[in-house]
Amino acid sequence: MQEHDLSFVRTEMAIAEAPPRSAQGTGHWLRTNLFSSVTDSVLTIVGVVVLILIIPPLVDWLFLSAQWTGTDRTFCATTVQGGIRPDGWSGACWAFVGDKLQQFIYGRYPFSERWRVDLVAALFVVLLVPLLIPKVPRKGLNALLLFIIFPIVAFFLLLGGWFGLPHVETPLWGGMMITLIVSFVGISASLPCGIILALGRRSRLPVVKTVCVAFIELIRGVPLITVLFMASVMLPLFLPAGTYFDKLLRAIVGVAIFASAYMAEVIRGGLQAIPKGQFEGADSLGLTYTQKMRLVILPQAIKLVIPGIVSEFIGLFKDTTLVSIIGMFDLLGSVQQNFHDATWATAQTPMTGLVFAGFIYFVFCAGMSRYSMFMERRLDTGHKR
Amino acid sequence: MRKAILTGVLSAAALAYMAASANASTLDEVKKKGFVQCGVNTGLAGFASPDSKGNWVGFDVDICRAVAAAIFGDGSKVKYTPTTAKERFTALQSGEIDLLSRNTTWTETRDTELGFNFAGVNYYDGQGFMINAKKLSGVTSALQLSGASVCVQTGTTTELNLADYFKANHMEYHPVVFEKLEETLAAYDSGRCDVYTTDQSGLYASRLTLKNPDDHVVLPEIISKEPLGPVVRQGDDQWFDLVKWTLNAMIIAEEDGITQANVEEMKKSDKPEIRRVLGQEQGSKYGADLGVGEDWVVNIVKAVGNYGESFERNLGQGSPLKIKRGLNQLWNKGGILYAPPIR
Repeated sequence: MQEHDLSFVRTEMAIAEAPPRSAQGTGHWLRTNLFSSVTDSVLTIVGVVVLILIIPPLVDWLFLSAQWTGTDRTFCATTVQGGIRPDGWSGACWAFVGDKLQQFIYGRYPFSERWRVDLVAALFVVLLVPLLIPKVPRKGLNALLLFIIFPIVAFFLLLGGWFGLPHVETPLWGGMMITLIVSFVGISASLPCGIILALGRRSRLPVVKTVCVAFIELIRGVPLITVLFMASVMLPLFLPAGTYFDKLLRAIVGVAIFASAYMAEVIRGGLQAIPKGQFEGADSLGLTYTQKMRLVILPQAIKLVIPGIVSEFIGLFKDTTLVSIIGMFDLLGSVQQNFHDATWATAQTPMTGLVFAGFIYFVFCAGMSRYSMFMERRLDTGHKR
Repeated sequence: MRKAILTGVLSAAALAYMAASANASTLDEVKKKGFVQCGVNTGLAGFASPDSKGNWVGFDVDICRAVAAAIFGDGSKVKYTPTTAKERFTALQSGEIDLLSRNTTWTETRDTELGFNFAGVNYYDGQGFMINAKKLSGVTSALQLSGASVCVQTGTTTELNLADYFKANHMEYHPVVFEKLEETLAAYDSGRCDVYTTDQSGLYASRLTLKNPDDHVVLPEIISKEPLGPVVRQGDDQWFDLVKWTLNAMIIAEEDGITQANVEEMKKSDKPEIRRVLGQEQGSKYGADLGVGEDWVVNIVKAVGNYGESFERNLGQGSPLKIKRGLNQLWNKGGILYAPPIR
């Protein structure tokens, strides 16, 4: 016979009570997030007022009043300015961007050959996307294709002169194409070069060390503009008459060298953060220098400095706009160049062009930054905060 | 100071270059490679800018095309090198370009020390002032501008001319300087200064981007001489002559009423001058003397039109700039354009 046990054991959770009315709903959310103190309240109100002041005119300028189609300046100018718009009109002149979009993308690359640029861009996307998605296998092969094979294919495709493709000389290149080419080469050259320079700078061999230190300090000691200017203006004067290096090549080499020096210092920061025990541990296992660096030190060091590396990449991407001072037209350069086309000169054109260029740069830079944050979280195995 | 050093280095390098390449004939090289490499502005409304298809168009670009037409009978055989103000001279000195047609002011230093030759003047420019007539009502002359604030682009001859002019006339002014042309203009348009100054051709281009163009007037005073023209390297007289006479031929074609439309008809004209210019005379060797074909003027006019046509298309009534001919009118119509005769 079973004894009666009067103790009560609850077999299921009690139904949760709703939080008190003062701690739920919109009112509570507003109180905690926007009006939790006097300072917060004041800041919130100021913020809202500022937004109300900025957003409606901005939306109006960007979309509502904007001119979307047109063939010349009259569509984007008021009657006093010699156009068709009423007095006092102000809005983005997207018609200008539409008319010039091809130029912003391809520069003056011949119309009939632009499929080559499209093809290179498609190849780039096809090779880059799988490399960025961690689940896709065969990263080694993929990287080999993207960083070794792809540049060679792209070079022959874009420049032409082989396999019956007409030769397209680099002064005709421009726009987005130049921006991407210069930054792709800069980015993919600067990381390996930077690693080698950083290791060289920490080397015990005096010659290697001196050369690396001298290189890094020399390049970091001059502005990028000077490097580009030197490469574009002074270099031809020192070379024997008739020797001619492609201007784009000179700019790319300049940018890559410059980026490598900065990258070396970022990587060195990572190397210095690795405790001595790791080096000694690797040594005690009998690893060679290459093995030690490749298997133990660099994976940890690089992981530490991902934010720094990506900052460098983003900075480099934006620095490519400097090539416009040596008469080459990257995205921003070709936008600015087209301000001088009298067919489109209006009060609205420059602002519209700059907003457009700014938007494109933002998309690329924000993309890189988001991806690096994702990568950091994935690789974050011991330093999580 | 920095400028002086740069100039020094450039001229030393130029001399070294001249010595090395004195024998090479630019014309032969151009003929061999099949195109003229022409330095143009990276973008200046009316003078050189890309159109919607990305082709270079403009008044300076027409000079490049005219030279190519004279040599090859085809104005499209030009490759353009966009050059910045700083780059333009080294590009020419180093042989990267054959001809610089980039609204470059003819000055003594450039002609001598830098080792160039100016093949004539294709546009007589000069620095002018623009004011907001609503704000400064009653001002009709630059001499009334004492105490005004002036928006000016820094690092240009414009800035120096401005200082000279106000000093010479014992007037005070407050310069508001900017690095870029667009910024300068934007500041003026938003009312940060009373006066905006740059070359007159630039003032007209700028008016297109002002909010209320009718409120602004260009004052009559021209405070500097800016004769703009095509430039070649010193020491190659054949090439220099060709560029010089290409420009002259455009002016002469206008004098004689030879236009793009009627050039074929004009060939049959019985006026000796026209027959001579168009190479229709028996045993004509004007072209041969320049190293080009006898129909060189015909080709130039077919490619870009005469001087007046090129002017009106790029800068004048046929363009949004609507610049008046002014000084750039023929000598017999009130301007100072004057070409020596072809004979």
